[in-house]
Amino acid sequence: MKLHRSIAVAGSLAALLLAATTSLAGNVTIKGSDTMVILGQKWAEVFMQKNPDTKIQVTGGGSGTGFAALQNKQTDIANASRKIRAKEREQCIKAFGKNPREYPVALDGLSLYVHANNPVSTLCIEEIRDIFTGKITNWKQVGGLDTPIILYSRENSSGTYEFFKEHVLLGRDFAAKAQTLAGTAQVLQQVAQDPNGIGYGGAAYGSGAKHLKVSAAKGGEGIEPTEETVVSQKYPIWRHLFVYLNPELEKGEVKVFLDWIRSEEGQKVVKDVGYYPLPANLRRK
Amino acid sequence: MIAEKLIFAISLTAIAMVFLIFLFVGREALPIFAGNISSAANQESQPIPVAEMDRLSPEQLRSYLNLTQTEFKEMDRETLQALMEVRVDAAKEDSTDRDALVNTVAWRYLIRPYQWTDYDKPVYVWQPVSKIHKYNIIPLVVGSLKTTLVALLFAVPVSLGAAIYVSQLARPTVKEWIKPAVEMLSAVPSVVLGAFAAIVLASALQSLFGLQYRLNAGLAGLALGISSIPIIFSIAEDALTSVPRSFTQGALALGASRWSAAWQIVVPAAIPGLFAAVVLGFGRCIGETMVVLIASGNAAALSASLLEPTRTITATIAAELGETVVGGHHYRMLFVLGTLLFVVTFLTNVVGDVVMHRLKNRLEGRS
Repeated sequence: MKLHRSIAVAGSLAALLLAATTSLAGNVTIKGSDTMVILGQKWAEVFMQKNPDTKIQVTGGGSGTGFAALQNKQTDIANASRKIRAKEREQCIKAFGKNPREYPVALDGLSLYVHANNPVSTLCIEEIRDIFTGKITNWKQVGGLDTPIILYSRENSSGTYEFFKEHVLLGRDFAAKAQTLAGTAQVLQQVAQDPNGIGYGGAAYGSGAKHLKVSAAKGGEGIEPTEETVVSQKYPIWRHLFVYLNPELEKGEVKVFLDWIRSEEGQKVVKDVGYYPLPANLRRK
Repeated sequence: MIAEKLIFAISLTAIAMVFLIFLFVGREALPIFAGNISSAANQESQPIPVAEMDRLSPEQLRSYLNLTQTEFKEMDRETLQALMEVRVDAAKEDSTDRDALVNTVAWRYLIRPYQWTDYDKPVYVWQPVSKIHKYNIIPLVVGSLKTTLVALLFAVPVSLGAAIYVSQLARPTVKEWIKPAVEMLSAVPSVVLGAFAAIVLASALQSLFGLQYRLNAGLAGLALGISSIPIIFSIAEDALTSVPRSFTQGALALGASRWSAAWQIVVPAAIPGLFAAVVLGFGRCIGETMVVLIASGNAAALSASLLEPTRTITATIAAELGETVVGGHHYRMLFVLGTLLFVVTFLTNVVGDVVMHRLKNRLEGRS
C-alpha cells in the first residue's frame, strides 16, 4: 500500500516534471546577422513579456555564422540580412534533408548621407557607384562645388558594407581611399563634420546630416528614403531581412514566435528599432 | 627554497606563454606560408539538369553530389532532387570574373601589384570581402610603418629630452612633479586617447592646417606618439639615473657646467639604455591597436602622404577577425599579418638587444 502510494506520487511528480519541461520546451535560439541583433533582441524582449514561459536567446556573429549554426543544429532560427547562398543551402540539405524555409521579416533601406550644407541633393545609382569606386572624385562632376569628395564607408565585417558593395557597386571594390568606420553612428558623425564627405548607412538613422534623394537612372526622379518609399520599393536601395529555419522545427514555440514577428505587433517592433515593416501582402494575417 | 623554485617556474611560464602564443599564431597562418590553401573558385564541370536525374546510375549520382556512401543511403529521392537543384543554382552564382580562378593567397598576390578586373593598372589592394578576395599586404605594412615613423619622430625627442631634464638638470621638487605626471600618461586607456585624437585633436589640426582628411596617418601617429612617451621616458630616465653619480661629480669638479656634464658625459654613458628605450617604443607603436583603429581613418590606400587616411596591420586584424570564417583564407591571412607583426617586434627586440650589448661593451672598454 505504502509502496503503491509512493509509486503513484513519483509517477505524478514525473508527469508534472514532464509537463513543466514541455511547456518550457520553447527555448528558442536565434543566431546570425549582426544587423538584426538589436531587432532580434527587441522581438525577444517584447515576446517574452507576453509569454514568460518561453526563453529566447539572440546572438549575432554575421549571416554566414547563422547559416553555419543552422546546419549544425545549434540554432533554431538563423537571422540573415542577405539571401542564403547555394553552397550554404547545399550544406543545410545535407544536414536535414530539406531546403531551409525562408521568411522575409522586415525591410531595410540604405541612405546616402552628405553634409547639411552640400548643395547636391539628388544622385543616381550610377553616380553613387562611380563616387564610391573612385571614378568620380570631385563634387563638381555631379553638380556640386569644386571640392574633392571624401568617402566614408564601413568595416568590411559589416553586413551593410556587403549589401552596399553588392547592390550599389555591383560587386566592384570600394576606392582604396574610402575611410572605414566601425558603425553607422560614426559615419554620420564624420559626415556631419565634413563638408566634402559622403557616407552610407541605415535610412532610419541620421540626424545631423542630409539624406540624399536617389534616382534609379540618371535624370530620373529622385526618391527620398522614407517609410512610404522604402516599403513600396520605390526607393532604389533597399533589402529584405530574413529568417531561415529547418522546416522540421517549425512547430511549438518556434512557430508561435515566427508567426508573431510577422504579425501586426511584431512589425511594430521593427519600426521601433529603425527598420521598415513588411508590406501588407508579406505579413501574416 | 620552495619559494625560489616557484618563482623560477613562474618565470618559465612567461617564456612558455610567448612560445605558445607564437605557435598558435604561426599554426593558424601555416597553410598560407606552405601554400596549402587556395581562394580560387574550383572550376567545376557543367551542372547536370535536374530532369536528367534518372539517367544517372546511383554511383554516378553519388559522386556528382559529392556524398559519402552512408550519406547517400540515408537520403530519399526528394532530398537528392533538392541537392541537384542547388547545384544548378550554385553554377549560376559562380563568378564569371576572369580572376575567379586566381589563388589570391599565393605570395605573388600578397606582395606584388596585380591588375584586377575593373582596375586600369596594376595595384596593391587589400579588399578581402569581395567577389575576388584581394589580400595585398603592402598597403597595411606601409600604413603601420608610416604611423610608427610619425609617432617615433614625435615621441623620441620629447621623451628623451624630458628624461635628460628630469634626471640631470631639474631641481628635486620639479622632478617630483614631472616624473609622475609623465608616467601618468601611461594610465590613460588607449581607447580614450584614440577618441580624444579623433574628436578633439582631429578638428583642431584640420582647422589649423586646412587638412582635407580629418583622420589621417599623421594624426594617428601623433596619438600613438603620446601613448609611447611614458614607456620611452621611463626606460630612458632609468638608464640616465643609473649612470654613476661620480661621472657627473668628476665633470663638475673639472669645471664643466651641469648642461655639458649631462650632455657630454652622462648621455653618452647611457646610450645603450636610451637605445633600448627607443626600440621598446617602436615595439609599442607598431603593436598598438586601439589608437590607430579610431584615429587613422582605416583606408587601405597605398600612399606616401602622412595627411591621408591609412590602415595599419593591427587595426586590420582587430576590425576584421570577428567576422571571418574560422579556418577560411581571410582568417588565415589575418594570422599571417599577426605572424608578420610578431616577427618584426621579435627581430627589433633581438637587434636592439645585440646593439645594446655591443655598445655597452665598447663603452666599458671591453670591445
